Amino acid sequence: MTRKDLTFRIGTGLFGALLILIVASIGYELVRQSMSSIQKFGLSFWRTEIWDPVAGQFGALPFIWGTLYSSIVALLISTPIALGIAVFIAELCPGWLRQPLVFLTELLAAIPSIVYGLWGIFVLVPAIRGLETSMPTVLRQLPIFSGPPLGVGMLSAAVILAVMVIPFTSSVSREVLKSVPPAQREAAYALGATRFEAIRAALFYARTGIVGAVMLGFGRALGETMAVTMVIGNNPRVSLSLFAPQYTMAAVIANEFTEAADELYLAALVEIGLVLFIITLAVNSLSRLLIWSMTRSSTAVAAVEPTPEPTAEAA
Amino acid sequence: MTGSEPGRFGGTSVIWRKALSSVFVAFCALSVLIALVPLFFVLFFVVSQGLLALNAAFFVQMPKPVGELGGGMANAIVGTLIVSGLAALMAVPIGVISGTYMSEYSGTRFASMVRFAADTLNGVPSIVVGVFAYGVAVLPFKQFSAFAGGFALGVMMIPIIARTTEELLLLVPGSMREGALALGATRARAVFSVVVPAALPGIVTGVVLALARIAGETAPLLFTSFNNRFFTTDLRQPISTLTVQVFTYAISPYDDWHRQAWAGALVLVAIVFVCSLLARFATRRLERMHARG
Amino acid sequence: MKTMNRTLVTLAGLALLVSAVAAQAIQINGAGATFPNPIYSKWFDEYGKAHGNVRINYQSVGSGAGIRQIQAQTVFFGATDGPMTNEQLQGAPGKILHFPTVLGAVVPVYNIPNVTAELKFNGPVLADIFLGKITKWNDPAIAKLNPDVKLPGDDITVVHRSDGSGTTYIWVDFLSKTSPEFLKKVGINTSVNWPTGVGGKGNEGVSGLVRQTPGSLGYVELIYALQNKISYGSVQNMGGEFVKATVAAVTAAANEAATKMPADFRVSITNAPGKGVYPISSFTWLLLYENPKDKAQSKAMVDFMKWALTDGQKYCADLGYAPLPENVVKLEMAALEKVKVS
Repeated sequence: MTRKDLTFRIGTGLFGALLILIVASIGYELVRQSMSSIQKFGLSFWRTEIWDPVAGQFGALPFIWGTLYSSIVALLISTPIALGIAVFIAELCPGWLRQPLVFLTELLAAIPSIVYGLWGIFVLVPAIRGLETSMPTVLRQLPIFSGPPLGVGMLSAAVILAVMVIPFTSSVSREVLKSVPPAQREAAYALGATRFEAIRAALFYARTGIVGAVMLGFGRALGETMAVTMVIGNNPRVSLSLFAPQYTMAAVIANEFTEAADELYLAALVEIGLVLFIITLAVNSLSRLLIWSMTRSSTAVAAVEPTPEPTAEAA
Repeated sequence: MTGSEPGRFGGTSVIWRKALSSVFVAFCALSVLIALVPLFFVLFFVVSQGLLALNAAFFVQMPKPVGELGGGMANAIVGTLIVSGLAALMAVPIGVISGTYMSEYSGTRFASMVRFAADTLNGVPSIVVGVFAYGVAVLPFKQFSAFAGGFALGVMMIPIIARTTEELLLLVPGSMREGALALGATRARAVFSVVVPAALPGIVTGVVLALARIAGETAPLLFTSFNNRFFTTDLRQPISTLTVQVFTYAISPYDDWHRQAWAGALVLVAIVFVCSLLARFATRRLERMHARG
Repeated sequence: MKTMNRTLVTLAGLALLVSAVAAQAIQINGAGATFPNPIYSKWFDEYGKAHGNVRINYQSVGSGAGIRQIQAQTVFFGATDGPMTNEQLQGAPGKILHFPTVLGAVVPVYNIPNVTAELKFNGPVLADIFLGKITKWNDPAIAKLNPDVKLPGDDITVVHRSDGSGTTYIWVDFLSKTSPEFLKKVGINTSVNWPTGVGGKGNEGVSGLVRQTPGSLGYVELIYALQNKISYGSVQNMGGEFVKATVAAVTAAANEAATKMPADFRVSITNAPGKGVYPISSFTWLLLYENPKDKAQSKAMVDFMKWALTDGQKYCADLGYAPLPENVVKLEMAALEKVKVS
């Protein structure tokens, strides 16, 4: 290797190192700024329900609960729809429709969170309030539907999250489905399968990748801030009810960060940020691992058979 | 083949299987429609409410005192452009060059670490980036500033640009790189004079799309660039941005501010839309130019 | 590559140049209470018109944020309706002075479909509602205070602040004075552990939520109720009268305290004794460092304060705030001399 090549390698490598440094500093900063809270509360921080700035008692449980609950419900709503879209675009739709549909799903992803939040406050929340008030009283007895019909609350947050997550899950699922070797589908058709059965076979083959795509959407939902803050009601309580106003980790940081007037309060908020960081890190890494392992094994299989020309599709 | 009768697959009748298949296909088509409903719903409201509120004053005036009608978001629009510009200034060099490293030395362990870091950074929630930027770019200087806002958004842009650059550089046929090296070029020369220009359309697209994405971010700006009632180009001062302004107005009780919030949302969506279209258009244009040259 | 370099350098140079040029005008950044935001924003606008080179950028983010930001020195001045505690003052890197600017009132706002009458409340009833003990509008305790009003059986949706708020401070200060149980269970602070309810960000957020949520009850600064045409009730004062918040009623609340003003101006006037007093009134304070680093900004701010305490007071009444009593202004002008301007 010539000297110039070495300089090139080191020079560009330094920028790569910078990237690693940034990620490491985020983790470091989060730990450093939350030190006093970590030392005071230890692991009980993760399971205490009290959030009392007056008494100096802080626990992250309501926020962890709110974040997980809203994201899981959002997943339940969005996954079938997102997979349906992915399958439609990848397998079923006529060629001329593909590009416009891809563009439209991208547009859904591109709408800023604050715009979703704005729409949420003025359109979704009144609609959900109407839905809640018109719910038959017999259903209202169930804990999951209990509480006054405010409109703002877990259900509004979950619906908005679902809408925002759909394009991510669907586009990654689409990529995953594309990497299924055509031979799989062809074999199914050769055996006399219907459209559904052939696609089901492909989905089964791609199941690890699909799970990864769903988890990626989950990771996205976990960290979503603005749209959720505007419709979730901002109440730090653990509640099973979809109607109840609750709170997420991202929302409490957004609302209370600039005003945590004493050290412990601020440290507690940063610690919530740390918890969020760790959870999203875990979810995202796991999802990428799943997707990678799936696409890797399928290319290994594909390498054995003659691969047809890959169809060009814009990134 | 299970079952001895024609049409049997796994022991069920053809009619049932075909029906199931049709239901499934219908479901998939329906999901597309279901997903498009909120899209059009949101766009409809943003466009209809926003257009009502959009007037010349919106683009050239500053906000009026609380409770008074009228005024505009001129400072916020300029602010968004400034902060996004700062973010790009920071993120493009770091993103492109680290992307170059990842593609050129793709197999090495270090490159995998960089890739992992980029993907991790991509998944960090924007609010956490905001907390980080507050500790690093605001507290030490005791100042909310446009710089801090640009820094926060830049951190978010870097992984997007890095990964896009890497993927596109890897797509460039190896023959081009090898050809340059065979002619005696250094690695650096080969990459920057031959490979990067070949991938340039895609890289530019990636940058524009990343810009569109961060122009719509609010959370990281809440405690970095903060907000400013006035028009300012002083980068060391807090600065108004469209997203934060829309947020402030949206949660307020004033109807006039709500109107302006919709207008701001419309401008935001328009920026994103225009950027996406521009990116696609530019890609096609540059590809055609490159194919000829 | 070369052109990219050149462009980058030029852009960076331009940015620095522009920022240098723009720095001619003095920009002062402040943050804090949403309570006085309408009058402050009017003041800064009017003052800015008369003194073109001074731009005061005030962000209404809540008293808690105001206190925090001035402690961290990320803003030049803070604003709060809940005076800083001794611990908070000790936590600051320098001495911080409180300067009352106006008097305001916190009113109970409500949104009950088909009820347009003005409701009467008292401290214990409000405390029980916010404790979650009274949950329906037609509860006997509320009905007893409002015998002429047909109250529905709807649930009460309590709306409080989700951010650290001086308005909250004033509200819970009053409730704690009138309900020992509230004092014990919730306490007095800018941010408390609310037993029930939905959180809105800023006075703006609470007003917005109450406007949009049928059956809700919240608390906001008077001007927010007036500007947004939200119904607000009267509150029983120490003398037993039901008083609706007006400029006169708020001024009456300050009369007694004005004669016994502590040197640092930190005083609570909720539940004040006297005739015609509105019981949920309060001063709101501007926070300044006694010896700030930037003397140019300090001079501009002190000049502004002198204007606000004199000429500025005439804008109060239109916006529903009460001007400061004369002797308080005199004491403050003297106290302003303590702030170092050079």
